[in-house]
Amino acid sequence: MKQILCISLWLMGCLMPAVSYSETLTDALESPAATTRTVPELVQELTEKSLTQAVPVLEALEQQGGEEMLPLFRTMLNGDLYYVKDTSQVVGKTDTAGEESYADILTKAAVTGLGSRDVKKIRVNNTLRSYLRNAIARIQLSSANPHSREQAVLSLLSELDNDTVGQIREARANESVEEVQQAMDLALAMYALDQGSSDIEKLDAVEGLAGSLQPEARNMLRKYAEMEPDHADYSARVSAAAAKALERIQEKVEFYGFIDQLFFGLSLGSVLLLAAIGLAITFGVMGVINMAHGEMIMLGAYTTYVIQQLMPNHIDLSIWIAIPAAFVVSGLVGVAIERGVIRHLHGRPLETLLATFGISLFLQQLVRTVISPQNVPVSTPDWMAGTLQINPVWSLTLNRLYILAFALLVFFALLIILKKTNLGLNVRAVSQNRAMARAMGVRSDRVDAMTFGLGSGIAGIAGVALSQLTNVGPNLGQSYIIDSFMVVVFGGVGNLWGTLVAAFSLGIANKFLEPVTGAVLASILVLVFIILFIQKRPKGLFPQKGRAAE
Amino acid sequence: MSTSGMLQSVFKDRGQPGGRVMPFVIILLVVTVLASALNLLTPEGSALHVSTYTITLLGKYLCYAMLALAVDVVWGYCGILSLGHGAFFALGGYAMGMYLMRQIGDRGVYGNPLLPDFMVFLDWQELPWFWLGMDQFWVAMIMVLLVPGVLAYVFGFLAFRSRVTGVYLSIMTQALTYALMLAFFRNEMGFGGNNGLTDFKDILGFDLQSDTTRIVLFLLTAGFLCAALLTSHWIMNSRMGKVILAVRDSEARTRFIGYKTETYKVWLFVYSAVIAAIAGALYVPQVGIINPGEFSPINSIEVVIWVAVGGRGTLIGAVVGALLVNYAKTRFTAILPEGWLFMLGALFVLVTLYLPKGLIGLYSQLKQQLGAGKPAAAGTGKSSSAAKTEGAGA
Repeated sequence: MKQILCISLWLMGCLMPAVSYSETLTDALESPAATTRTVPELVQELTEKSLTQAVPVLEALEQQGGEEMLPLFRTMLNGDLYYVKDTSQVVGKTDTAGEESYADILTKAAVTGLGSRDVKKIRVNNTLRSYLRNAIARIQLSSANPHSREQAVLSLLSELDNDTVGQIREARANESVEEVQQAMDLALAMYALDQGSSDIEKLDAVEGLAGSLQPEARNMLRKYAEMEPDHADYSARVSAAAAKALERIQEKVEFYGFIDQLFFGLSLGSVLLLAAIGLAITFGVMGVINMAHGEMIMLGAYTTYVIQQLMPNHIDLSIWIAIPAAFVVSGLVGVAIERGVIRHLHGRPLETLLATFGISLFLQQLVRTVISPQNVPVSTPDWMAGTLQINPVWSLTLNRLYILAFALLVFFALLIILKKTNLGLNVRAVSQNRAMARAMGVRSDRVDAMTFGLGSGIAGIAGVALSQLTNVGPNLGQSYIIDSFMVVVFGGVGNLWGTLVAAFSLGIANKFLEPVTGAVLASILVLVFIILFIQKRPKGLFPQKGRAAE
Repeated sequence: MSTSGMLQSVFKDRGQPGGRVMPFVIILLVVTVLASALNLLTPEGSALHVSTYTITLLGKYLCYAMLALAVDVVWGYCGILSLGHGAFFALGGYAMGMYLMRQIGDRGVYGNPLLPDFMVFLDWQELPWFWLGMDQFWVAMIMVLLVPGVLAYVFGFLAFRSRVTGVYLSIMTQALTYALMLAFFRNEMGFGGNNGLTDFKDILGFDLQSDTTRIVLFLLTAGFLCAALLTSHWIMNSRMGKVILAVRDSEARTRFIGYKTETYKVWLFVYSAVIAAIAGALYVPQVGIINPGEFSPINSIEVVIWVAVGGRGTLIGAVVGALLVNYAKTRFTAILPEGWLFMLGALFVLVTLYLPKGLIGLYSQLKQQLGAGKPAAAGTGKSSSAAKTEGAGA
């Protein structure tokens, strides 16, 4: 009996939305109580009112709460609004991985110990849903923040109807921020194209959509451009105009696709630059071949991991500590390698190569034994995560952007160290003429150790950056060592600028080949290209001239 | 030290004609024949019995020894440190693997008489052109020699002509094998991708699993190794070998005297690549699989350490080094799997630091000291080795 009553009530609510809406609206506005009730009281009323009576309550909530009501409205719209049977407390349900949890809808405080039997759903019907949707749009459109106003318009694009368009039109009149205006114009044009009565109006709308990159606008244009002649809305002029507009958009999309690829190329280039720049010092400037260079990168990445393990609650900060820490760890290991091994092999590059390769095996196994043979998780700080959405078809991954900037920063810092500091002067002196430098009082063995430490330390910093992009595992370094050597050799040994140019050109070349040939073939082709290039110009892109060349 | 003095010391140290390699070759042959006989003639469980597992293991070592010999020929005698010889080894292995793959016929999982299993799996309709004719043994054997030989010629020609030497060349060879590894990992290449070629059944009609076939392969490997040792020894003592030594010690001087050093280097490189390829071709039927992992740079560089441990520029040293290090590897990975890479890493460092002439060098130095009874010999040995390594590195 009770059930039947419920259903019939619900049916009534569905059948006469318009009537109840207008009636209750006037009721709510006229009653003095509406203005005096507080938000919590109003929320409480939701639990008592029937479906037909809910609208005035929501109306009052919208007036009083404004933007703060958004979570409540959204939860209600999704049918996740409940109240506790015993206390009448209104709670929102969240469903994460099958686990249901409840939280107070206003205070957001979690309410524990509730099962599905303890709560009762606050029901919504189509009238309420449509009211809620409009209310959400209204609230957002009148938001003080231009960005959320723009987002609100864009989120409405896929569900434009008479009401929302009316609201947008209203808001458009008072809008002063250009981006939001554009978004609103776009919405209006889309609506005009879809619902417009005359060809003139539609052609105008097509014109308005022509520059837009929004996927909804493109879909709308495509619909008209590909419309069959026997369709009721068909008009040859509109169709042709839409096709033309679509073509213009396509050109724009392709252009941004190109830019996007360029960015990915630059990003790969920055990774190569970071990996190779330490090598440019140890191999390029000092002439010492260090096959354990990749492991210096790996140590840097693992330092990041260890620091994050030590301070799990301050991941955002950890990077800033990891950078100097990685520099110190890798730098010290580098100095130890130089003092312990490389010094004794001076002037025997092939032996140095073998010995340092042995060290690289040793370090890899050390990490496998001490930490883990598996990859370790390194988390990305919040400020590095996410994307920078420039327009609907082009976004930049923030961490790649930061790493690009970081690579350039490291590069220029190194350049300054080598050109402007005492250490740099000594390094260049020793690498050009060891005997003469010694005669002038330069302690060449000390300089060797410092230089090697500097190169290794920078590899460590590269490891911190790489830990944000790739998996951190014992083989991390190995995968970069050949690429790094290629970059240094390609750019010209002993020339930091050459390394910069080589890293970015190889990165870009790789990314532009990739769509054509596939990733693996692209890297093979680049390798083959370098091998052939070295045949032609054995000293790289920017060979050293004069005495330094020998 | 004058050039003539240096050259003289080189020949004193290394190039005694005839005497040194022959006894070793004889010992090697006797041991292999003995081991084979013990495997075939004594019953299982007897104290003297050599298991087939051991025979296969020894056969594998001998293949490695041949590969090490190939590296020694170019590194020890010509100063070309190749970090990519594994590529030639693997290419030879792949050519043999393709032949063995075709021999499976319709006994594969999918039972396709023409296409190997992995091609059926990839839904290919016909054999790629480079698989045609590989069911003929002689074609496959020509490919074993031809493909690595041509690759070595082209690579060597390009590299040596533009005078890429020393560390650069090493990196280039490493890049070569790395690029090949990436390529062979691709399924589209038509070489079985990640899994490589495996599941072989028989060779020339003989069952690969039978003891006799394995013994024959083992003996063949030993025979080829001895032949390679003798040929290399002969080359190094010929006129060509002397030029090659001169190139190692001072390429510029040799060129100014009037030799076309590139030509010598290229042909030596090709010779070395072919030896490596034969080793690979013998390796595959004994091990039963070839996959792109054989191309990985670390494999190639491990070969270099075998040579360094044994003593480069001595031919025998390469063989001894390969056998010893691989035996150690087998034992070590069984007892303490984690420890092996530590050992290998330490081996690299210690050998280059303290044993620049390897075990053979240590042996001859000890013999010299004991024979002469005075420590002065060590001094000259040291200085000459320093001169040589400098020449090799330049």
